[in-house]
Amino acid sequence: MRPQSSDSQTGKIALPAEPEALPRASAGLRTLLARLSLLLDAIREDPRLLSGVILAALVVAAIFAPLIAPYPPLKYHPSVATQLPSAAHWLGTDALGRDQLSRVIYGARISLSVGAGAILLGGLIGCALGIVAGYLRGWVDQAITIVVDALLAFPSLILALAIAAALGSGVTNVVIALAIVRIPIYVRLARGQTLQLRALDYVTAARAVGTPAWRILLRHIFPNIFSPLLVQATLSISFAILDESILSFMGLGAQPPTPEWGTMINDAQPYLTGGIDPWMILGPALAITITVLSLNLLGDSLRDRLDPHTARQLGLSAAADTALLDVTTKQAEDATSD
Amino acid sequence: MVTYIARRLLLMIPVALLVSFVTFMLIHLIPGDPARVLLGESATPQTVAALDHQLGLDKPLWAQYALWLGQALHGNLGQSIQLQQPVTTAIIQRLPVTAELGILALVVSVALAIPLGVMAAARRNTPFDWLVNIVSLLGTAIPNFVLGLVLILFLAVVLRPFPPGGYVPFTQDPLGNLRDIILPVITLAAGAVAGNMRQIRASMIEVLNQDYIRTARAKGLSQNRVYYIHALRNALLPMLTIVGLQAGAILSGAVVIETIFLWPGVGQLAIQSILAKDYPVVQGVVLLSALSYMLVNLLVDISYGVLDPRISLKSSQ
Repeated sequence: MRPQSSDSQTGKIALPAEPEALPRASAGLRTLLARLSLLLDAIREDPRLLSGVILAALVVAAIFAPLIAPYPPLKYHPSVATQLPSAAHWLGTDALGRDQLSRVIYGARISLSVGAGAILLGGLIGCALGIVAGYLRGWVDQAITIVVDALLAFPSLILALAIAAALGSGVTNVVIALAIVRIPIYVRLARGQTLQLRALDYVTAARAVGTPAWRILLRHIFPNIFSPLLVQATLSISFAILDESILSFMGLGAQPPTPEWGTMINDAQPYLTGGIDPWMILGPALAITITVLSLNLLGDSLRDRLDPHTARQLGLSAAADTALLDVTTKQAEDATSD
Repeated sequence: MVTYIARRLLLMIPVALLVSFVTFMLIHLIPGDPARVLLGESATPQTVAALDHQLGLDKPLWAQYALWLGQALHGNLGQSIQLQQPVTTAIIQRLPVTAELGILALVVSVALAIPLGVMAAARRNTPFDWLVNIVSLLGTAIPNFVLGLVLILFLAVVLRPFPPGGYVPFTQDPLGNLRDIILPVITLAAGAVAGNMRQIRASMIEVLNQDYIRTARAKGLSQNRVYYIHALRNALLPMLTIVGLQAGAILSGAVVIETIFLWPGVGQLAIQSILAKDYPVVQGVVLLSALSYMLVNLLVDISYGVLDPRISLKSSQ
C-alpha cells in the first residue's frame, strides 16, 4: 500500500506538464484518461473510494430512471402480483403486481434528493449561524449556542417525527423536518472552526484594512472551513436518508403510490410477517443499506484524507499534505487579495 | 464535586426552558387553525371555538406559553383528544413498558460493545478485528426497522421460537415477558452496538499507543490487566459520551421498534398520536423524551467528573 502512494504522487506531478504539444482534441482525451488513472490509483490506495463509484451509479440511475427501469413504476398488473424474483422481475413484484426493481430505481430519486436536500438546507442554515456566532462572539454567540443546545436536547428522530407530523405528511415537509434536526451539528462545527480562524493573522489583517464583516465571513472564513463541513455533510446524508426511510416507513413521508424505499418496506411488511412473500422487502432494504453503507465509507475516507493526523497514520500522507497545502495557499491568497 | 453538579443543574434550566418552548411551538407548526385540523372538517364552529379555548389558542402567544408551562410544571400536560384521558396518565401507564425495553437494550449494547471493541483493538488487523469492523459497518447501514422485520421473518415466521410481536407484563407471566422482549431488544441494541464498537476500538487504540501503557507492559503486567485496568479507564471517557448519545438513539429507536413488535409503550403511543394528530400527547412525549435525554447526558457529564477529576476542577475554576 505504501509504495503505491508515492507512485500516485509522482503521477500527479508529472501529468499536467506534458500535453502541450498535442492537438486539442487528443489533449482533452489525455486529460480525461489521466484523471481516470488518477482515480484508479486513488481507489487502489483506498478501496473505500469505490463506494463513490457506487453512489455515482445510483445518482445516474435516479436521474435516468425512465430509461433504465424495465417497467413503469406505477402500472398495476394484478395477474403477476406478489411474485418471487424471476428473470422477468429481478426483485419480484408487489401486492399490486408492480415491478419492484423499477420502483426501487424510481425510489432512489426521492431518497437521494430528500437526503441531499435536507443536508443542503440544514448545512447552509447551520453553517451561516455557526460562522456568525463564532465570528461575532458576545450575545449573538450566546443566543445561538443556547438555541442549538436546546435543539440537541431532543432525540433527533423524535423531533423530526413531531415536526413532520405537525407540518403534514409529504416529501417537502420531511426535508424541512430533517434539515431542522441537522442544523445544530453544522452550527457547532462551523462555530468551532471560525473561532480558530478568526484569531489567525490573515483575518486580523483583513479586519485591519477595513474589510466589512460579511466579506471576511464569505471570502476568508467560509472557504477555509469548507472541507470539514463537506466531510460532515457526506457522513450525515446517510443519517438523513436513514431517517427519511423511517419517516416514510411510519407513513409520514412520500405518499402512495409514489415509489419510495421506506414506503415500499411498509407495504411489504404484512406479506413478510404473514410469511406470504418475504422477498418483497429485499429490493428496498438492499437499496437503503447499500446507499447508506456507501455514503458512510465515502465519508470515512474523506475524513481520513482531510485530517492530517489520521491520514499520516494510514499512510495517506500525500493526500493529506496536498489538502494542507491547499488550505495554506488559500489563506495566503486571501490575505493578499484585500 | 457538589458545586460542579450544582453548576451543571443550574445551566440546565435555560436549556430546559427553551426545550419546553420548542415543544410548545410544535402545535403552532400545524398549517392553518390547529383546532380545526385536530377536530377534522365536520367540526362545528362552536366545537372549534371550544377546543381553541381549551387549548388556550384564543390568547396571545406568550400567555399561551405561560399557561402551558405553568400547567406542565404541575404535571398537567393537557387532555388527550383521542384517548379521552389526561396526557400524563397515558404516558405514565406506558412508561414501564418502554423503560424495560430501553434499559435492557442499553445494558445489552454496552455489555457487548465494550468487550468487542476492546478485543478488536487488542487484536488489530486480525480476522476478528475485520469481522468486528464489517459487522459494525453493516450494522450502522441497515435501518433498524429492516433488521426487526428480518428477525421476525427468520426467528418468528420461519423457525418460530419467538413470537412476531406482542407483550405480556412481567408481573403476569415473567417467562412470556422475556420471550416477547428478546427480539425487540436485539433489534434495538444492534444498531447501538454496531455504532459504538468502532468508536471504542478507535479510542482504545489511541490509548494503547501511549507511553504509560508501554510502561505497564514493561513492568510485566498481564495483558488483561493492561487492557482492562490501565487502558480501559482512559478509553472509557470518550465512550461515556457515546453512551449518552446511545440513550438518544435508543429513545428514537423505541418509537420504531415498538411499532413493529406491537409493544404497547410510549413509542407506540407517540406514533399513534402522530398519525391521529393527537397533539397534546405528541407534545407530552416529545417533552418527556427530551428531558430524559438531557438527564442521561447530565449523568454522563457527572461521571466524567468522577472518572477524571481534572474535568470538574477545571470547570469550577
